Amino acid sequence: MSNSAPPAIGGACGQGLCGGKCKEILREGVWGNNPISIQILGVCSALAVTNKLENSIVMGVALIFVCAMSNLLVSLLRNATPRRIRMIAEVAIIATFVIVFDLFLKAFYFEMSKSLGPYVGLIITNCIVMGRAEAYALRNPPMMAVVDGVANGLGYAAVLVIIGFFRELIGSGKLLDIVVLSDNWYIPNQMMILAPGAFLALGFLIALANYIKPRQEEETK
Amino acid sequence: MTTLIIIVAAIFTNNILLASFLGMCSFLACSAKIETALGLGAAVIFVMTCTTAINYGIYYGVLVENAPLLKTDLTYLQFIIFIAVIAAFVQFVEMFVERFSPALYHALGIFLPLITVNCAILGASLFMIIRRYSLAQSVGFGFGGGVGWALAITLMAGLRQKMGYSHIPKPFQGVAIIMIITGVMAMAFMGFAGMVSIQ
Repeated sequence: MSNSAPPAIGGACGQGLCGGKCKEILREGVWGNNPISIQILGVCSALAVTNKLENSIVMGVALIFVCAMSNLLVSLLRNATPRRIRMIAEVAIIATFVIVFDLFLKAFYFEMSKSLGPYVGLIITNCIVMGRAEAYALRNPPMMAVVDGVANGLGYAAVLVIIGFFRELIGSGKLLDIVVLSDNWYIPNQMMILAPGAFLALGFLIALANYIKPRQEEETK
Repeated sequence: MTTLIIIVAAIFTNNILLASFLGMCSFLACSAKIETALGLGAAVIFVMTCTTAINYGIYYGVLVENAPLLKTDLTYLQFIIFIAVIAAFVQFVEMFVERFSPALYHALGIFLPLITVNCAILGASLFMIIRRYSLAQSVGFGFGGGVGWALAITLMAGLRQKMGYSHIPKPFQGVAIIMIITGVMAMAFMGFAGMVSIQ
């Protein structure tokens, strides 16, 4: 991760399908410009669904799907959309894919759909999806937009999985409902499953990212 | 469950920000000054109360199966309809306020468009459907949720103004310390937990 110059996203990217830019876009989305820990977008759902690792994974998959598909469609329609109504068009596109995912969950994983509650629907107002559509997909060809959507979705999913891992482990001593820390010697700290634990976990994670990132930049210089 | 209990619960025990994590983006972005926080809080209370009422009418009047207006089950469209209603309502309120009260428009102006993407507003409408509230309960929940959100952001703005005088370790500066303070605030609000509860 420390062997290249800062990638210039959104510059010349007409060559080929992705023209070797895929790796840079992916790296930027997952680490360099991570939607949650660096840009602080889409925090609501990152806090709400991470009380269990399983929920975090499903929510991450949902965001990767919605972000990639809506980026694709926004990018395909970018020359046909009048500038003035682009926001409404974006919201409609995003809402469509959120409905698709919500119906999929309801049909095949009803329990999961119940435990995620309103937070699947709230992907519509998740600033990551809207932000990528507005900042990237509107100006770039479809293939690049999909890669960018997947990259940002992955960055979001990675943060969710990390937070979910620690909250479930500390809060209930389990991982994916399998007991890891036996209650013979470990007393679960219930606070981590409840609301304050979410805020604390994300706060420390952002601080950690802030701590690591400047060091890495110094090394590359 | 009476409406009054729902209002109190939505403000304290089930605070929409501290217990349901909704509206974090604008909470982080606009909590630097108390005046700003109060202005945004007032706008959220108003919009949330009105949109829950409108969305209630549309959901039970048009979308559900055997509704008075349309007999087909259209509940799967709820997301797209709700967000459209919220966007349209905010736009309408903005034009209305601009026309009739320029002073209020200048005070609230910049916050109104922000509210469209505030997930607390959409979240209140979705919770209202999931918890099967009646009309009075929905409006009460919308109002209480808005007041709870305004309370949280105002408290945070007050704390952040004081925080300027403290020495914060470098990695924690900015959002990280705000998250941790919010966590402590959420702990304090959990003290209300035994008082009333919804769901």
